[in-house]
Amino acid sequence: MSETLAVGAPEAPQRPPQPTGRPSNRLRLARLRDLALVPPIIALLIYGYTLKPDVFLTKSYLVDTVLKYQTELALVVLAEALVLIVGKFDLSLESVVGIAPAVAVFLVVGQTSILGAPWPTWTVLPVAIAFGALIGVFNGLLVVRFKLSAFIVTLAMLIALRGLQLAIVGGATISNLANRIPTIDNLGSLRILTIPLSIWIVVLAFAVGIVVLGYTRFGRSIYAVGGNPDAARAAGIRVERVIWVTFIVAGALAALAGLMLSARLGSVAANQGNGMIFTVFAAAVIGGISLDGGKGSLVGALTGVVLLGLIQNVLTLAQVKPDQIQAVNGLVILVALVLARLTSGKAQD
Amino acid sequence: MGDDESRPVVEAIGIAKRFGPTVALADGRLTVLPGETHALVGRNGAGKSTLVGVLTGLLKPDAGEVRFAGRPAPPMGDRVAWRQHVACVYQKPSVVGELSVAENLFLDRQPRGRFGLLSRSRLRRAATDLLESWSVPVDPETPAKELTVEQRQLVEIAGALSHGARFVILDEPTAQLEARAIARLFDRLTGLQQQGVTFLFISHHLPEIYEICQRVTVFRDARHIVTAPVAELDHAKLVEAMIGDAHGLVQVGQDRPPVPDEAEAVLTLDAVEVPNFTGPIDLTIRAGEIVGVAGSAASGKRQFAEAVVGLRPRTGQVRVAGATVPPASVPAALRAGIGYLPADRNADGFVPGLSVAENITMTVADRLGPAGVVLPKRRDAQGRRAISDFDVHTAGPHQPVSELSGGNAQKVVMARALARDPRVLVLVHPTVGVDVRSKESLLGVVDAETRAGRGALLVSDELDDLRVCDRVVVMVAGRVVAEHGRGWDEATLVAEIEGIGEKHV
Repeated sequence: MSETLAVGAPEAPQRPPQPTGRPSNRLRLARLRDLALVPPIIALLIYGYTLKPDVFLTKSYLVDTVLKYQTELALVVLAEALVLIVGKFDLSLESVVGIAPAVAVFLVVGQTSILGAPWPTWTVLPVAIAFGALIGVFNGLLVVRFKLSAFIVTLAMLIALRGLQLAIVGGATISNLANRIPTIDNLGSLRILTIPLSIWIVVLAFAVGIVVLGYTRFGRSIYAVGGNPDAARAAGIRVERVIWVTFIVAGALAALAGLMLSARLGSVAANQGNGMIFTVFAAAVIGGISLDGGKGSLVGALTGVVLLGLIQNVLTLAQVKPDQIQAVNGLVILVALVLARLTSGKAQD
Repeated sequence: MGDDESRPVVEAIGIAKRFGPTVALADGRLTVLPGETHALVGRNGAGKSTLVGVLTGLLKPDAGEVRFAGRPAPPMGDRVAWRQHVACVYQKPSVVGELSVAENLFLDRQPRGRFGLLSRSRLRRAATDLLESWSVPVDPETPAKELTVEQRQLVEIAGALSHGARFVILDEPTAQLEARAIARLFDRLTGLQQQGVTFLFISHHLPEIYEICQRVTVFRDARHIVTAPVAELDHAKLVEAMIGDAHGLVQVGQDRPPVPDEAEAVLTLDAVEVPNFTGPIDLTIRAGEIVGVAGSAASGKRQFAEAVVGLRPRTGQVRVAGATVPPASVPAALRAGIGYLPADRNADGFVPGLSVAENITMTVADRLGPAGVVLPKRRDAQGRRAISDFDVHTAGPHQPVSELSGGNAQKVVMARALARDPRVLVLVHPTVGVDVRSKESLLGVVDAETRAGRGALLVSDELDDLRVCDRVVVMVAGRVVAEHGRGWDEATLVAEIEGIGEKHV
């Protein structure tokens, strides 16, 4: 049981920093807030077990039926969490999830000769990530240089990229990718120590993210800029650069998530990523990331993802009808938000 | 009415209030008589804000009673009833910036015209009448965001009076005003007082209390200490009541050694000009010297300081210990050896959600570990050292700065300014809104730090701050118009700041 639990909560590699000397109450409260979602997660695990006692708490079920389907979401939540902590919004991430793999795959297997296509198959990964980063560069340009509202800029970008994707994919689906592109095949089916590669990627990304946010100058700058940009500027932090880099990193992460999604499905659909941003925001906020910037942790965000994934799975197990599952899912997210507000609200003051 | 003459307008008896483990008010007592202007003073954390919250019905006391004109206060939550007794004008604006003055005055009780729809003309007329009856010279059509601080306060007072209240609490009304505006405000307050309005006046500026208040109440450590006519409580006694021991105010920096002429120049400004704010300014600060900059809010002194530290574009040359500093870059100014304390700590001084240690080390994050890594151990150690060096009252390096009092938050900002061991400090309003003892401690830091070869540029409106300086320059309309050594005369300096000195001298 303890082993499966450790897998169920992939934040295991994260080690809370050892407070030197006497830990203050404040610190303990902050840690508690990060873990506010652990009790509901445990409750859901127990509930799932009662629904399907023979398989639910086995490693293969949790890994292949619950977590594998949350890996893309987890990466996009990581990306959005960074942008939210720095005090901005990025709605376009969900369209990057679609467009980045679409562009990369199109250049490799598409019926085209622009830019010297077809490109070699190995280019899929770097091209997708570079394209995501490029979107981040453009978003950053408009938000930082032209001082436009991040909300509207990325909303417009979302719409534009959706259109572009439709033009590329042509309303159909580019399919059968696993046979044609080895990178996609690996991303989709390679396992290391019996755990799918995509889960390792998420674990690694969050581990790196936690270290960067907590223990590097850049990471702390993200919190400072999100908490009070004017004070950060007066303290010599290059506010614009921090915001811009965050947008770029977020775009690249969303692109990687998109490629992982394509790999899992073996295709790029015209509507890939559609509607994902709502779940992303829900997971981030449930996980304690503040929409006002400067607050929240990646551990919290990750518990938000795990919680939502479990809820979805348990709803299916509880035989909620497919045509009702979305409505129920929405209600459950609302309840989760209220609960998260209550638990963290008490801890805040 | 005759009966009311003798009865106190407001009476608070034995008010107690706790926030979690913190006792905000243990024994809050206050009696304000009709028609007087009553001062409420105390250091930060003495319980003044809590008492105001209780008096305005926004906080429910754990114990004690509030009475208006001898009758018990209305029940909590009955805002309309409370507003008929009392109103408070806070430092922060409580008007809606995008709406006009008239709309703000009649927010949610707009006069109606035909068909029950709102009537612009009636609204305008009602607002004009209201403003005129209290002699507030403001056009009701002005958008509230365009009001000056002074006008905004008068509009809020008029709004309060229109609800029927004849008792108005003024929470540090003069903090953001320059001398002439303060004089005008006091004229108006005296006028309103003659029309029968009673004021509770909260201020850190003790001379103002002697100027316009008849009685004063002192709070200390969440308790009522004394209430007396101002005439019976001189400056020394008042300070004693506030800080609780007989020492009174130690004059910081009285024993500063003279700066030798051959001392090295740590900051040299050559024709430094801030577009739209100042003309070219030349200034040299030597090691061990504090140079004060005085001037009105419109003098450009704050913008001048912000340009020196790289927050604003400028022309001309800035050199720190001989090395030229590139313009408009805070990181470059930091590296060159300029430490900076911003004018308004809440706006750009600290990041409220981050810890004390994190705020203190924000300017030295590159020194907390190799290759961009920040080692929490090193950060906390540095934070702890600063906490003890600067006497910051905090639960520890992990406490968010948002939970500290104003004076302690300012010490954190001061620690940050000094964290890089700068050659020269640029301080803007270093003691604004802090209590007497924090003020003393902050100025003590400036005094001590500049004795060891550092220089300081100290921009301030406070004469107490400027007393510490070895030299004071006066700015008017973007130019330096006067310079004084130690021992300047208060009246002369104030006259020069207000731009009336040149004719007299």
